Amino acid sequence: MTTLKAVAQAQAALASRRADFPLLVKFPELHYLDSAATAQKPAAVLDAMREYYETDYANPHRGAYDLSARSTERYERARKRVAKFLGVRDADTLIFTRGTTESLNLVATAWGRAKVKSGDEIVVTGMEHHANFVPWQQLAIAQGADLRICELTEDGRIDLDRLRALVTPKTRVVAFSHVSNALGTINPVRDIAAVARKVGALVVCDGAQAAPHLALDLDALGVDFYAFSGHKMLGPMGIGVLVGRREILEFMPPYQMGGDMIEFVYDETSTWNVLPHKFEAGTPNVAGAVGLAAACDYLDAIGMAAVRAHEQMLLELAHKMLGEIPGVRIYGPAAVADKSGVVSFTLEGVHPHDLATILDEDGVCVRAGHHCAQPLMRRLKVPATARASVYVYTTAEDVEALGRGVERARGMFG
Amino acid sequence: MSLDALYQEIILEHNRKPRNFREMPDANRKVEGHNPLCGDQVTLWLRVDGDRVVDVSFQGLGCAISKASASMMTAAVKGKTVAEAKALADEILAMLIGKLDVEKERQALGSLAALSGVSKFPQRVKCASMAWHALETALDESNPEGAAPEPAR
Repeated sequence: MTTLKAVAQAQAALASRRADFPLLVKFPELHYLDSAATAQKPAAVLDAMREYYETDYANPHRGAYDLSARSTERYERARKRVAKFLGVRDADTLIFTRGTTESLNLVATAWGRAKVKSGDEIVVTGMEHHANFVPWQQLAIAQGADLRICELTEDGRIDLDRLRALVTPKTRVVAFSHVSNALGTINPVRDIAAVARKVGALVVCDGAQAAPHLALDLDALGVDFYAFSGHKMLGPMGIGVLVGRREILEFMPPYQMGGDMIEFVYDETSTWNVLPHKFEAGTPNVAGAVGLAAACDYLDAIGMAAVRAHEQMLLELAHKMLGEIPGVRIYGPAAVADKSGVVSFTLEGVHPHDLATILDEDGVCVRAGHHCAQPLMRRLKVPATARASVYVYTTAEDVEALGRGVERARGMFG
Repeated sequence: MSLDALYQEIILEHNRKPRNFREMPDANRKVEGHNPLCGDQVTLWLRVDGDRVVDVSFQGLGCAISKASASMMTAAVKGKTVAEAKALADEILAMLIGKLDVEKERQALGSLAALSGVSKFPQRVKCASMAWHALETALDESNPEGAAPEPAR
């Protein structure tokens, strides 16, 4: 009972949450439904970054002076904060990157070039974002390995039977998304990891659409690498995370070379710094890390269970409203409980681009296109879909505006 | 800028019933156009006889704007000389980015003036220009007959 009460209270708090987001306050007529592309920023995140620049700003890890030490302390404190948010006990296994794309390229390059050989197999799925597809495809080409793509079920899930058949003793890595950016499907990470682990393959999970929306316990998730971006979870652009298993990170050669990541540099050779610095060449994005830590504070204050409950309510509403409009087809799992954050759909006779333009006229921001998932679009046999995506500040009114706009488009083209 | 200026009835009508929407087996020019941002693509066929475009057709996947623009282009270009068609492509491409006095040219433009609304929707200019860029490529003599140029990577 107390839990239900707590959820109800959290939902009431969410209703007034828009006041925390300066851009949404500035444009009250806006119905921002593109949070899967990037999330709007709460003032708490912007304030934390400004406060860092105004109080503790210097180049970290460098100066002997106190100000530099304070900057280092802010950076490392942010790392610990984000690690705690993710359920990662060993914070030094959390590498700050520019975002999911850089995190995945880091693994595919540093681990991949060292470990994947000619004749090996790399397994990805048919629903991957290009960021978790192209690096593996290009690694396969460079190393002479075989890229194998796990096909999906009709309702846009990873087909576990096909995956089991696809993974062989030659499989060196299985790379997949936790949540599909184009469909919203929540994938069974533990089951997929178990299939990969059976043959000793590396398990790489793209968490770009999961970390902002789902409570995570990464130490217990059973993956070797987990990647996500700060900007999709209320943090700033330009900061992202790669969490890896310590023994793998310690074996792996560095990804980029330069300052900070070295121990000693001799004329002929160099030695590498310890984790996490070995993988953080150059001046880091301290303000980005500070902003991401503030985003973790903000999300924890809401509670990830309440975030999920709020989004589920909105997805239910979106499925119901869109489902009642003739000609609308929703892609991905039919049950909202199997999805997170995203409704991907088409309207018969109206190209998603035209739909997005018509919706924009009413201030409804949706993404129209291939969602950086061209292999998936080919499998769905559509050139593009419209995608509406929600977050902590999205209201039922935003979703209702979407429904009205889709009806209007149908009228215009009917 | 209202949506009505973008989705004028003539554009919706061309979207519903695109003209010259077919393959052309006896074409001597073929060009693929695409818009990598949204996945729209168009295949354009031309039969050029001497200095005249005697037939033109297209097929493809795309939004209403790209389809209507391609349809109107084929209707406008058929029968024109290569030089006239090139001049028209220049004029329309200028119009789509707001660099043409539409009022002054309205009579000459005829129904093509309906495409001018696109200039107020910067995200949609590429949709409307795709077919006209494909036409320019097809009319370029340095483009070998029948060979589709590789799309830009």
